[in-house]
Amino acid sequence: MAIKRPKSHTFAIGLLGWAIACWVFFPIAWMALTSFKTEVDAIATPPQFIFRPSLASYHEVFARANYWHFTLNTVAISLGATIVALALSVPAAYAMAFIPSQRTRGTLLWMLSTRMLPPVGVLVPIYLLARNTHLLDTLTGLGIVDMLTNLPIIVWMLFTFFREVPAPILEAGRMDGASRWQEMTLVLLPLALPGIASTALLSIILCWNESFWSLNLTSSQAAPLAAFIASFSSPEGLFFGKLSAASTLAVAPILVFGWFSQKQLVRGLTFGAVK
Amino acid sequence: MPAFVSDANKSRFRLFTLATLAASTALGSAAARADTTLTVATVNNGDMIIMQQLTPEFEKTHPGIHIRWVTLEENVLRQRVTTDIATSAGQFDVMTIGNYEVPIWAKQKWLTQITPDAAYDVSDILPPVREGISVDQKIYALPFYAESVMTYYRTDLFKKAGITMASQPTYDEIRQYADKITDKSNQIYGLCLRGKPGWGENMAYLTSLVNTFGGQWFGQGWKATVDTAPWKAAVNWYVSGLKEDGPPGATSNGFNENLALFASGHCGMWIDSTVAGGLLFDPKQSKVASEVGFAPSPKGPYGKGPTWLWSWNLAIPASSKHQAEAQAFVTWATSKEYVQLVAQQKGWVAVPAGTRASTYANPAYQKAAPFASFVMNAINTADPNGQTANPRPYTGAQFVGIPQFQAIGTQVGQIVAAALSGQTTVDQALKSAQSSVTRTARQTHLGG
Repeated sequence: MAIKRPKSHTFAIGLLGWAIACWVFFPIAWMALTSFKTEVDAIATPPQFIFRPSLASYHEVFARANYWHFTLNTVAISLGATIVALALSVPAAYAMAFIPSQRTRGTLLWMLSTRMLPPVGVLVPIYLLARNTHLLDTLTGLGIVDMLTNLPIIVWMLFTFFREVPAPILEAGRMDGASRWQEMTLVLLPLALPGIASTALLSIILCWNESFWSLNLTSSQAAPLAAFIASFSSPEGLFFGKLSAASTLAVAPILVFGWFSQKQLVRGLTFGAVK
Repeated sequence: MPAFVSDANKSRFRLFTLATLAASTALGSAAARADTTLTVATVNNGDMIIMQQLTPEFEKTHPGIHIRWVTLEENVLRQRVTTDIATSAGQFDVMTIGNYEVPIWAKQKWLTQITPDAAYDVSDILPPVREGISVDQKIYALPFYAESVMTYYRTDLFKKAGITMASQPTYDEIRQYADKITDKSNQIYGLCLRGKPGWGENMAYLTSLVNTFGGQWFGQGWKATVDTAPWKAAVNWYVSGLKEDGPPGATSNGFNENLALFASGHCGMWIDSTVAGGLLFDPKQSKVASEVGFAPSPKGPYGKGPTWLWSWNLAIPASSKHQAEAQAFVTWATSKEYVQLVAQQKGWVAVPAGTRASTYANPAYQKAAPFASFVMNAINTADPNGQTANPRPYTGAQFVGIPQFQAIGTQVGQIVAAALSGQTTVDQALKSAQSSVTRTARQTHLGG
């Protein structure tokens, strides 16, 4: 039975929710707003909420850089890295969830511990590896690094989702003569699909927004949107309008993508949370 | 939807992903085989953007050479090119680097010596700039543009307060002017200075301030001298000036923030790079374009000392596989013909400043840029190797020409910013700066 709450309570919680949402969204809204200002308006103090909108920053951004080249690179890297990561982590998470050994827990923690190292700590070794394997400034090179960086999180998420699937269902499949492969692909995957989808979405978003390796391992041919944004920041001269326009263009596709898939994302992230 | 359609779609999608990956790699290598493509790393400054726009002109006169640009923010660029050059990865054929890096990298044998032909006219490059790119009389980079330091002020505010700027102001005078102009209720701040911590931000200004107050970073034998009386006097002047007459939150103001404050009419005076002149006099970027006055950089009690000089230069890393083509490009982009080309296409006010005497000798340029002769004088008389009050074991005006300075400068920059924001006193700050510098010097075996 639902617990009845006083109306004022619900109102207060609603208000708090809205306040937090506005607070979180404000920087993004401000960025979008600034992108329609001229450079002089963009730096005005006090900041202007009402101004004459201008597309000048967007014109300049499109004139100076090939937006589509950067976007295609980002799409290829995000999708490529996510697909390969899923192909590796589904069997790994399956094994850890259903055929655990004494070392499973340790392995999981060890995988996660690689995320605790600041990336700059391994910049030189990774850069040298990429140089020696001729993977500098290639989609494959950056894709592999992005994939490896996200792998621990993906395995952990899938592991958590798989654990929610009752083992007797898999057992029943095995009783009917399913092989391990069939058990994984025909029984487990359909059941855990919302979880896998949200993991894939998260991985795409993480790859999309990754900037450290994007800036360090690429120069021109494989440069993704992070490099596109970085090229509009300047130590000398006004750039807030152009930088905001470039950033808005860079986050727009992933924002739209996230908007359409939010149901899937929320369902996946709360999967198994409420029984 | 029938199953086979969906399958076909899926495989089409896979094919597309694979094809995108393969095609972009293949395309890149095919282009490199046919012609030479130079990868040029640069910063996103106005002069460099014009250079990018004029690339087709270079490609027209140099068939077979193509230019690919990598534009990055200054700090990101520095990290990116340093990683590349230190590991000889050869990702870049031309790099944009400062006169801080050129001698250090040349000594590491990371840069190729450049030998321009007679038509290039090396002697036309202003002597202090030329000196900054040379090691043992050999040139390791060519200067794209250069800057020194000057005082910008608002002529209307000075008039209103009934004061006039001295032809060579002292720091005491600057403080008196600032006190008279400041009107915090109307958001007018007499004095804007860099406060953002960083070796190239607040410490660039403070290092030159300390020099003219008679201080320096190291004495003979690389003994740190950060807690000496001249440092105390200089930092006290800086902290009290900014507290009394500066904008709120000065610790987050770097060059750009101060430029924005001045351009929107909130600063009475600003002491910073000469490159701001072109931006402040441009009515499209500045609300106070018709009220900007300029004066030399102020002098402190010592009065002499090394003076600020920064240049952005084009250098060729030794790891580049296209040395000859890269040399063709850097000589083109820093030549007299390039200056003429910019003048033709973008107007004289847009030509790269501070490098060539011939640019300043041109009457069209003098007319277009009212601050031109002033800037030339500032750069021509800049002496980054000038004598500090006591003998010093290093060179550089607004930096110390050693690899450790990036770390040392940024540490001390943070300590000074803490004093500026009132977290510590100036005495405490300089005491901890002294021990921090001494520690880093010892750890990195400065002076052997």
